[in-house]
Amino acid sequence: MIATAFSNTTLRTAPRAVRSANGSHVAVMGLSHTYRKKDGRVLDGIDFEIQPGEVLALLGRSGCGKSTLLHMLSGLTLPSEGEVVVNGNTVRGPSNRWVMMFQAPSLYPWMTVAQNAGLGLRFGRRSHEVVKRVPEVLDLVDLGAYSDRNAQELSGGQQQRVALARSLATNPEMLLLDEPFSALDAFTRRSLQRDVREIAKSLGLTLVLVTHDVSEAVLMADRVLVLDANPGRIADDVTIDLDDAGRTSGSDPFQAEQARLMQLYTQVAHGDLPAAIS
Amino acid sequence: MTAIPDTQGGFALPRLGRFRGLANAALGIAILLGLWWLGGVAVANDPDMYAFSDFAPGPTLAALWDILSTGEVFEMSGPSLYRVGMGLAIAAALGVPMGIAIGRTPWLREITNVPFQFLRMISPLSWMPIAVMVYDTWDGAIVFLIAVAAIWPILFSTAAGVRRIDPAWLKVARNLGANPLHMLFTVILPAIAVDVLTGIRLALGVAWVVLVPAEYLGVTSGLGYSINDARDILDYSRLAAVVVVIGMIGFALDYICMLLIKRFNWVRDTAH
Repeated sequence: MIATAFSNTTLRTAPRAVRSANGSHVAVMGLSHTYRKKDGRVLDGIDFEIQPGEVLALLGRSGCGKSTLLHMLSGLTLPSEGEVVVNGNTVRGPSNRWVMMFQAPSLYPWMTVAQNAGLGLRFGRRSHEVVKRVPEVLDLVDLGAYSDRNAQELSGGQQQRVALARSLATNPEMLLLDEPFSALDAFTRRSLQRDVREIAKSLGLTLVLVTHDVSEAVLMADRVLVLDANPGRIADDVTIDLDDAGRTSGSDPFQAEQARLMQLYTQVAHGDLPAAIS
Repeated sequence: MTAIPDTQGGFALPRLGRFRGLANAALGIAILLGLWWLGGVAVANDPDMYAFSDFAPGPTLAALWDILSTGEVFEMSGPSLYRVGMGLAIAAALGVPMGIAIGRTPWLREITNVPFQFLRMISPLSWMPIAVMVYDTWDGAIVFLIAVAAIWPILFSTAAGVRRIDPAWLKVARNLGANPLHMLFTVILPAIAVDVLTGIRLALGVAWVVLVPAEYLGVTSGLGYSINDARDILDYSRLAAVVVVIGMIGFALDYICMLLIKRFNWVRDTAH
């Protein structure tokens, strides 16, 4: 999988130093979660595995616990039962080996683009790498020319690209995306979906994204877990069988995969209308 | 008639363009001087008030020139500025950390709310007798009074700023591996810098007001003392000149605060 990604000639080629050694291997075992006793379980008996370098989408309607599950992969929230094991180690808190991206870019408005992108390195006592790494990751997200601009001067899509650069700067093994494109216009969203997948593939990162958008899942993921709600359970585990040429929303194979996934999703959603396809 | 209201305030003098602000400021000063002059004329023409005619602009400005040219102004204002500076420094050293703690901790806010709102409403000068008893020196008592006056605006403004911090900023920092010190110096303090400085600006205004009556106490230096001293020797032009000096220094200090706020304000008009 990683090998085919590297051989893809349409990719912008990442500088050698940007490449991580390997993506994370993730095993989720017997994971259940309850926020408050009286509210019942948000997640119930979740088991799955993610291979290094795989792109996995967690698809489900709002309230199914997909975002909670992602927070548990990141270590920002700890599960009531069960465990998340990354590369053989149980997750007990946030780590600089995996980074989460949120719906809002949440750049610090008193900093320049470059200062924002270098924050993870500063926090990790790796400030000496900033001079070299920050221009690399900003080039990777096509914002090399913007490094000295104030973060507020950028458009929403550009800000999310800076957030991506900030996430990549520490050389993580895994990227966790919590609906990070949902606030963007359709055109910007499409180009970021494509770029993030390409970058993750070129770096060999494991990528996990949470979405309620079927076409986003088909466009980006190698594999989709469809989640049921109340309590959150895995209803389907679907492999998206598309080559890179097929991963455009207009292609026939894409339409076929999307229709297949949409049918599964609609069944799981108990007749509820799935989120609009954009 | 244009439909656009004059949001700048003041006179919309035609064709002055970017000089309009300066022209309006000059006009304001001229009106103030004019009223002062009229008052002086009225006092001079009133047989009962004639003794106070030295309060008029002419004698006052002559005395002011005297104070400025001999450098006496530094002698007068030096001790006052020291007291205000010390009082503000103590108020900030206590108020900013307390404000951050209260802004971050709901239960601390609930516990401190009533006592602090109560203490805030007590005129700082009403602590004067206690301050005089507690402190060995007059200077100590005055610095205490200024600190008591100045701490509340700083504390409340800081706490309000902390509560307005976008929770996502803290989450992102945590996710990127920030430790508590990173959180404080890289996220919280830059985020609230303008709130803290606004609090300090308000505190400075209060402190400068409290300073003069506080210096009517036993001290033998400072601007408040100079006013008392001038009154005792019936030198009214000198008294009025000190009043002008107080106003000018206060204005200058406030202006410095405003420049600092501008410097640390990260909100841009171009924000999306």
